[in-house]
Amino acid sequence: MPSFDLRSAPLRELNRALHALRPDTNETHWAVTGPDGRHAIAAGLDAPISVEIEGNVGYYCAGMNKLATVLVNGNAGVGVAENMISGFVHVRGDASQSAGATAHGGLLVIDGNAGARCGISMKGVDIVVKGSIGHMSAFMAQAGTLTVLGDAGEALGDSLYEAKLYVRGSVKSLGADCIEKPMRDEHLRELAEKLAAAGLTGEVSPSEFRRYGSARTLYHFNVDNAGAY
Amino acid sequence: MTDHRQPPRTKPRLSATFNPDVMSEIRRAAATGIYDIRGAGAKRALPHFDDLLFLGASISRYPLEGYRERCGTEVVLGSRFASKPIHLKTPVTIAGMSFGSLSANAKEALGRGATIAGTSTTTGDGGMTPEERGHSKTLVYQYLPSRYGMNPDDLRKADAIEVVIGQGAKPGGGGMLLGQKITERVAGMRCLPPGVDQRSACRHPDWTGPDDLAIKIEELREITDWEKPIYVKVGASRPYYDTALAAKSGADVVVLDGMQGGTAATQDVFIEHVGIPTLAAIRPAVQALQDLGLHRKVQLVVSGGIRSGADVAKVLALGADAVAIGTAALIALGDNDPRWQAEYEALGTTAGAYDDWHEGRDPAGITTQDPELAKRLDPELAGRRLANYLAVMTLEAQTIARACGKSHLHNLEPEDLVALTIEAAAMAQVPLAGTGWIPGKTGI
Amino acid sequence: MCGIVGLFLKNPKLEPQLGAMLSKMLETMTDRGPDSAGFAVYGSDGASEAGSVKLTLRGPGPAALRSAVAGLEEALALSAQATERDTHTVLAVPAERETEIRDWLRANAPGIDVVSAGRRMEIYKEVGLPASVAERFALERMTGTHGIGHTRMATESAVTTNGAHPFSTGTDECLVHNGSLSNHNDLRRRLRHEGLTFATQNDTEVAAGYLSWRMREGASLEQALESSLTDLDGFFTFVVGTENGFAVVRDPIACKPAVMAETDDYVAFGSEYRALVGLPGIDTARVFEPEPAKVYAWERVPNQPVSGERQ
Repeated sequence: MPSFDLRSAPLRELNRALHALRPDTNETHWAVTGPDGRHAIAAGLDAPISVEIEGNVGYYCAGMNKLATVLVNGNAGVGVAENMISGFVHVRGDASQSAGATAHGGLLVIDGNAGARCGISMKGVDIVVKGSIGHMSAFMAQAGTLTVLGDAGEALGDSLYEAKLYVRGSVKSLGADCIEKPMRDEHLRELAEKLAAAGLTGEVSPSEFRRYGSARTLYHFNVDNAGAY
Repeated sequence: MTDHRQPPRTKPRLSATFNPDVMSEIRRAAATGIYDIRGAGAKRALPHFDDLLFLGASISRYPLEGYRERCGTEVVLGSRFASKPIHLKTPVTIAGMSFGSLSANAKEALGRGATIAGTSTTTGDGGMTPEERGHSKTLVYQYLPSRYGMNPDDLRKADAIEVVIGQGAKPGGGGMLLGQKITERVAGMRCLPPGVDQRSACRHPDWTGPDDLAIKIEELREITDWEKPIYVKVGASRPYYDTALAAKSGADVVVLDGMQGGTAATQDVFIEHVGIPTLAAIRPAVQALQDLGLHRKVQLVVSGGIRSGADVAKVLALGADAVAIGTAALIALGDNDPRWQAEYEALGTTAGAYDDWHEGRDPAGITTQDPELAKRLDPELAGRRLANYLAVMTLEAQTIARACGKSHLHNLEPEDLVALTIEAAAMAQVPLAGTGWIPGKTGI
Repeated sequence: MCGIVGLFLKNPKLEPQLGAMLSKMLETMTDRGPDSAGFAVYGSDGASEAGSVKLTLRGPGPAALRSAVAGLEEALALSAQATERDTHTVLAVPAERETEIRDWLRANAPGIDVVSAGRRMEIYKEVGLPASVAERFALERMTGTHGIGHTRMATESAVTTNGAHPFSTGTDECLVHNGSLSNHNDLRRRLRHEGLTFATQNDTEVAAGYLSWRMREGASLEQALESSLTDLDGFFTFVVGTENGFAVVRDPIACKPAVMAETDDYVAFGSEYRALVGLPGIDTARVFEPEPAKVYAWERVPNQPVSGERQ
């Protein structure tokens, strides 16, 4: 198993080595130590490998991830898994703001809390946060699911498009055009799938969650909505 | 007896303040309750490159022989940090315009024309189409706040990356694409419900300010293994600071877009009242790079109302390394062509004034997603027209440069220029013609 | 646009290492602010005796400072205790003579600025990379109860020492800022009308002046920070120091980054987690991001446990 200590080798070498891996590589598991909050660790991966990082990472860890599994045994800085296309990113600690921003696919699991703007402009990713999320989360979220076991901060789902938000705890306030919607069977099924993917089957029940989505009143410019723009 | 003679009357007088244009806008606002949205850039008269003239060679300077003595036009962009900078044959590039705002045929035509001319074209807010990548030898991939269609595979396929912070038509504003143009394909690429009035964010979702931009640029470099040039595009408002900060954040290239630069759709009030003219933006940006010791090391690309080889030569003389054209390229493809006059009239406008690009009913088939209208544009023929136009601009710029005794366009200098108006002299920081006076800089 | 670090000690045993810890933190924020750097340190020893105040003077160099101090002592018949550190000199003088000294310096020593005044606070700042600024003033060897550092990437105002942070907001008060204010010009004019003076076009200096003014009008530090949330427009993360206190506030949108760590021994602030990596016990510290539009404040009262956030 290749291992890499970022205290003794530059980040650029790690990322280059990971980018050079072909889909059929035998070096499928990588260990990284000494991240010390460095930025862009394991960004731009494009192979079905797994990278385990021991410690706290800085901005954009696993940014634009494709296919790979990235595990952070620590906290993640701004924009973890931003614009992820596919694969699995798991943060064992807390994540800073803009976790999973604009991500198109894959699964992002955060064991702790996520800061502000979690899932901002998300475009198809599934995000599961076991703790709580900060303000302006799912702002302009377009597609995908955001599942929160704890609470949501202010202005959840402001200017939401078609992303689905499931929150088990309290919601401090809903953003413009975000409303609570009935939890129907198809949503319970969908949520159960997401919880299962995050390894939470049996730990929480989908029925404990409430669903939030777009009221779709801002989809077309309308003078009566001027106050919301 | 009544006197039937009329006393003399004052001639009806229109107000300069409340002129017919203003009154029609007030009536439109009163009727609809929503601001006016349109495409294109500032339409008002502004101090512009027409207010500058070149000082051709004579006795004190020697000109070069046209066609025989070389006048280089090639330019390298991104030589600061990127291991694979891009090499262009002409300093006239094609500005970012999205598939969505333009038809697929129009995007293909831009790629074809730019490739023939040996220059680059640029994606827009909405991602990269295979047609566009296929037909563009050198393609710059825009990285925008919305991240619509943002895909690392496309990033890796691109020849350069342009981080868009703003554009001249609307510095501080996000994009718009109205429902008429959000077809299934456009919606699919952007992950939006078809038919919505799309509003793009004005700030990036995961960074703000130069300190965090530096980290974002580092990420983009790491993802592309430090190969691709990274541009930072700003709308002209505080060009000295913004250029300096883009350079400090690690950009290879700064793209500076003046207020005449076009947009697919935004509020008219934004287009006409926010930002500064292209002419006024260049010198402060160049000064910023000079102050940092980075002039010519970080390249400066200027856009916004560039129409001819004369404009190109003037922009380069003021210190830029290249220009980008958008509106002019669309006109070369066939936008606002009088041959569609009857249809423009049916839309309540006239050839030359059509700017309702957001409505998607462009008779020329360029700013539309309507398949029937889009078919009107033959990408090969339109691409050829664009290539011709780019060739003419390059030749014109060379003509001027040779007249000034320059064996390369990049050797044009501000001292080769004079201004016709005090405003242009002040903004371009060149002397009023026939004097040594640069307003705000030197005595008479 | 910048990097911020701050350290507020609860455990007096760490006080001898304050400068060493702070200088490491400052250096990690070099990428965020390569133009200039500065720091405020609140000395352990109370430095000035009762009735005396420390003035930090900044000048073009040690010789100019020495001659200004000599002139001052002669003209005002004063014997000041002077500690030289490169381009800065700390003078301990009787508190009641501060105004007189400032007036004399303004009139007779052009090029010498009073950077700060305080019973315990000293401020040092210079143009250059953070590591070299820390080294010039031997930050590593400074001791104290708390300190705040800043690395600057200048946005709109000039890259000068005057534009470097921290800005002093009053006796023993200082402020550093990451972000960009959008209404500071009008606010500066209003505050000038209230009698405040400003040396730069810098937005942060206005924020500092605003807090001084609110506190002069009777607000507590927390109240002043609360009202800044309404009166200051734009994007900001502030870290503020007072003689015995340490406070943090972010604007309601809170885009600019902020990470905090709290243990039984200290409270630490960093623009990024990187800045906190080397602190003792960081692996088990409570690491959190301050919430938007919420004032966080810690206070140490002699012989009592530190008050403030801790969960």
